Amino acid sequence: MLAKKSSARRPFETVVEQHGAMVLRVCRAVLGNHTDADDAWSETFLAALRAWPMLPMDANVEAWLVTIAHRKAIDITRVRARQAIPVAELPDEESTLGVPGARDSVGDALLAVAALPDKQRTAVAYHYLGGLPYAEVAALVGGSTDAARRAAADGIRSLRRLLGAQAQIPSTDRPPSETTSQSLSTGAP
Amino acid sequence: MAINSSPPPHSHAEATTESGTASVDDLDAVLSDITAEIADSNAVLASLHRRLELRAAQDGLVDVAYTTLDSPVGTLLLAATPRGLVRVAFDSEGHDEVLDRLGAKLGPRILRAPRRLDPVAREIDEYFAGTRQAFDLELDYSLSAGFRQVVQRHLSKIPYGKTESYKAVAELVGNPRAVRAVGTACATNPLPLVVPCHRVLRADGSLGGYVGGLAAKSSLLALESAK
Repeated sequence: MLAKKSSARRPFETVVEQHGAMVLRVCRAVLGNHTDADDAWSETFLAALRAWPMLPMDANVEAWLVTIAHRKAIDITRVRARQAIPVAELPDEESTLGVPGARDSVGDALLAVAALPDKQRTAVAYHYLGGLPYAEVAALVGGSTDAARRAAADGIRSLRRLLGAQAQIPSTDRPPSETTSQSLSTGAP
Repeated sequence: MAINSSPPPHSHAEATTESGTASVDDLDAVLSDITAEIADSNAVLASLHRRLELRAAQDGLVDVAYTTLDSPVGTLLLAATPRGLVRVAFDSEGHDEVLDRLGAKLGPRILRAPRRLDPVAREIDEYFAGTRQAFDLELDYSLSAGFRQVVQRHLSKIPYGKTESYKAVAELVGNPRAVRAVGTACATNPLPLVVPCHRVLRADGSLGGYVGGLAAKSSLLALESAK
């Protein structure tokens, strides 16, 4: 009764179904940390659900979600920065990073994405994982369209290098059976 | 997992910069690695979805929560507003179309939220198991107005295992000449099964009509008369 309703707007569940995995990929690529990425996913879809009846009918839903995810990722990064306090010793925190079979284990590729410089990481995430055109990536992260294009290309090149290098090195998340004698001798990095 | 050896140097360039090119093969390999690492994340997405259902309900952001339930008369769509169960739909009605129409009438903030419908699903299961004769559920009649809603509210008073004629219902709701309107009210009952429009028959005892099909209607009547 409050907002004007359009009979053509589809149920929000279809948005979650179609774009949930994409938003999770973007959040993980941008934030790395699983808990933060999961929180960003939740905040993104909650905000999207709230705004769904008001979204213009011709809006690009995927781009809209990536834009929200970007804002939520910034919020979470700020909160985390405020909460960060120097401690003498790092707390024992269970990590699922690189643990095979972990509920949501992160493999080499996401670790490599997390290692990229900010500009490259966000450009790769928003353009290649989120499907945003470079002009919209630039609008989100600042700078020119060309700069966004260059950052994404540089990011992909770095990923290729990082992942290519990693492929030669035995990694902790690879089952022993796949480890060759040659790589065993080099030892873990 | 590993990126395959270097790509053919002549492969088509996807993104060109002054400093070089990233080949499509490369790109695909890198991206599919990233995607594959999250591709097994269905369990993560399921738990995130569950979290979304809870938070959305807490914040009052759910116009309609729904789930589906397998039953002897086919897969049923169960949909509820914060006020109560608002829609039960048969397979033959097309669940997606029903949800689209619910969105147009009640709002598009529609989420699959099976837990919200657990009590409804449990009572319907018990009904089909023969252990429940009356439903004890909050109902939201907002999809029906006027005379139709009056008729539908009356239907819940027809006891389990009993039937009434369209004519008798018209008389009982105080409008004896509105037999056809009673038929329409039954045909447009948004809550079949739970609001027992299947207990209304023609005066000659023939089935009349049913939104879930006549086979469903007779199997419900058979279930109830077996008690």
